[in-house]
Amino acid sequence: MLMRVLKGVVGLLLLVQASTAVAALSIEIIGAGEHQIPVAIAPFGGDARLAQTINEVVAGDLQRSGLFRLVDTAGKSPHEIAEVSYPDWQARGAEALAIGTVTAQANSRIEAKFRLLDVVKQTELAGQAVSASGDQARAVGHRIADLIYEKLTGDKGVFSTRIAYVNRQGQKYRLIVADSDGYNEHVVLERNQPIMSPAWSPDGSHLAYVSFETGHAVVYMQSLYTKQRMAVADFRGSNSAPAWSPDGKQLAVVLTRDGSSQIYLINPDGSGARRVTLSGTINTEPNFSPDGKFLLFTSDRGGSPQIYRIPVEGGQAQRITFGAGNNFSPRHSPDGKSFVFAHLGNGRFYIATQDFQTGQMSLLTEGGWEKKPSFAPNGRIILFASEGRGRGILATVSSDGRVKQHMYTQSGDAREPVWGPNL
Amino acid sequence: MKKLVISVVLVNLLVACASEKPKGTAAAPISTGSKSVATAPQSAPSTAPAQLTQDDPLKNPEKFPLLAKRSVYYPLDSSVVQDADKPIVEAHAKYLSERPDRKTRLEGNCDERGSNEYNLALGQRRADGVMKMLELGGAKASQIESVSYGEEKPKSSGHDEAAWAQNRRTDLIYAR
Repeated sequence: MLMRVLKGVVGLLLLVQASTAVAALSIEIIGAGEHQIPVAIAPFGGDARLAQTINEVVAGDLQRSGLFRLVDTAGKSPHEIAEVSYPDWQARGAEALAIGTVTAQANSRIEAKFRLLDVVKQTELAGQAVSASGDQARAVGHRIADLIYEKLTGDKGVFSTRIAYVNRQGQKYRLIVADSDGYNEHVVLERNQPIMSPAWSPDGSHLAYVSFETGHAVVYMQSLYTKQRMAVADFRGSNSAPAWSPDGKQLAVVLTRDGSSQIYLINPDGSGARRVTLSGTINTEPNFSPDGKFLLFTSDRGGSPQIYRIPVEGGQAQRITFGAGNNFSPRHSPDGKSFVFAHLGNGRFYIATQDFQTGQMSLLTEGGWEKKPSFAPNGRIILFASEGRGRGILATVSSDGRVKQHMYTQSGDAREPVWGPNL
Repeated sequence: MKKLVISVVLVNLLVACASEKPKGTAAAPISTGSKSVATAPQSAPSTAPAQLTQDDPLKNPEKFPLLAKRSVYYPLDSSVVQDADKPIVEAHAKYLSERPDRKTRLEGNCDERGSNEYNLALGQRRADGVMKMLELGGAKASQIESVSYGEEKPKSSGHDEAAWAQNRRTDLIYAR
């Protein structure tokens, strides 16, 4: 009984702590990977406050991926290889163990030394020293989590990447950049008119987006470092749907200056607009293939919104989604072998992928109000807009559909998310 | 005096348009202007002249109910102005052609069943469709601006047909 009460108190304390942390998003995980790798993260030594932050970030990242099961450390906290008793960790079922220390340096930097150990083979899998400025403890945690993820799954981690999305609260629209876990959010732009369709430059230095601040849709480009921005496309009608070419040298945009919505290529400085699509119907949401040769886009030229593909330099567009329902917002997978899109069927929006080779469509979600998917740079996770508790929220699903995650903003509707590149 | 006569005819015409309940395939009043005048209700001439000099028809919803309507509505994924709403657009076209000093802004809107970007395109097509009708009816291109908000500014926030029907529309907005 006493134990139960104590547990309740501890739980309550954790809850209080969680709600006072600077979390813009609270996260809910649904489902798990088929095979979860059991990993133990020993509490780091050194500076207690920094160590706690880093441990929390590493554990949170690994858990959210759905690919790991965190093994209870039972109060043990080795910091050096010499202090590790492998049989203890084997007995707990851990396959890997992370140990380390973090210290605050005199020059207001922090340094973390970390090792990943194979508990079964009793060998070191990785060892690294990560250094960062004093306020970047979470970034250090993400780096360590990326390394663990990469060593144990063979895929590159994406915990150090960032996401962009729009938060709408009443008449206020804020374009936000945040870490992949929703923390550390920065307001890039705040307006009393809609903002939509943020798009990362391939090097992560700029965002292109659509703002209605002058009374109609205009494509802007803004540096995330200098905050400087300029209008890329401001013709009559609507200017929208910016997409960067993989080399960052041009953008695809949608303009209505010549009548209906058509896809154009345009230089980042706004010069040299040249038309790609020629049909008199709606053509929008262009997305470059990783090799830069093709565009996927949404068009209603066949009578209903479907996904098409066209060579970047123009030519014949080819329809690639068929069957019942409508399809929107295509994006290539990082390996170029498939694409993700929003499927509208029986009045519900689903996140779906389709393989280019087989033409096979797979629904990854149960459906609801799910839109605007984008791949993480490693192709393993898809970020999209959904709804929960009556609000617009961000959600992720693993590309195999097994692990889902909901991220709740503190207030307002989260919309238009897009995953940023590796930096 | 000549001006006044023309105005009276215009008023008659507009009242006539208003008096014709839009039927499923109502003939467009503008193209059948003379007929409309002929069937104008008797009550119109007695009250109209007093209003002529000071009143902007836009501000007289009693007399110009079609001009008082500033929205046209669409079925799902359509950008064709419905027959029932055509008289509204035609009345505004007539008004703009008679009042070259006035400008209108067309704002296309959509329900949420589509991607934001697709809906932005669809809303623009809706607004542009109304723009073309206004121009055919005598308004000048310089009097009209057409924009789209897609699904970004819903009038009704529900997730049902009643809400969606409200959101699939083009608004005609006149500067004050």
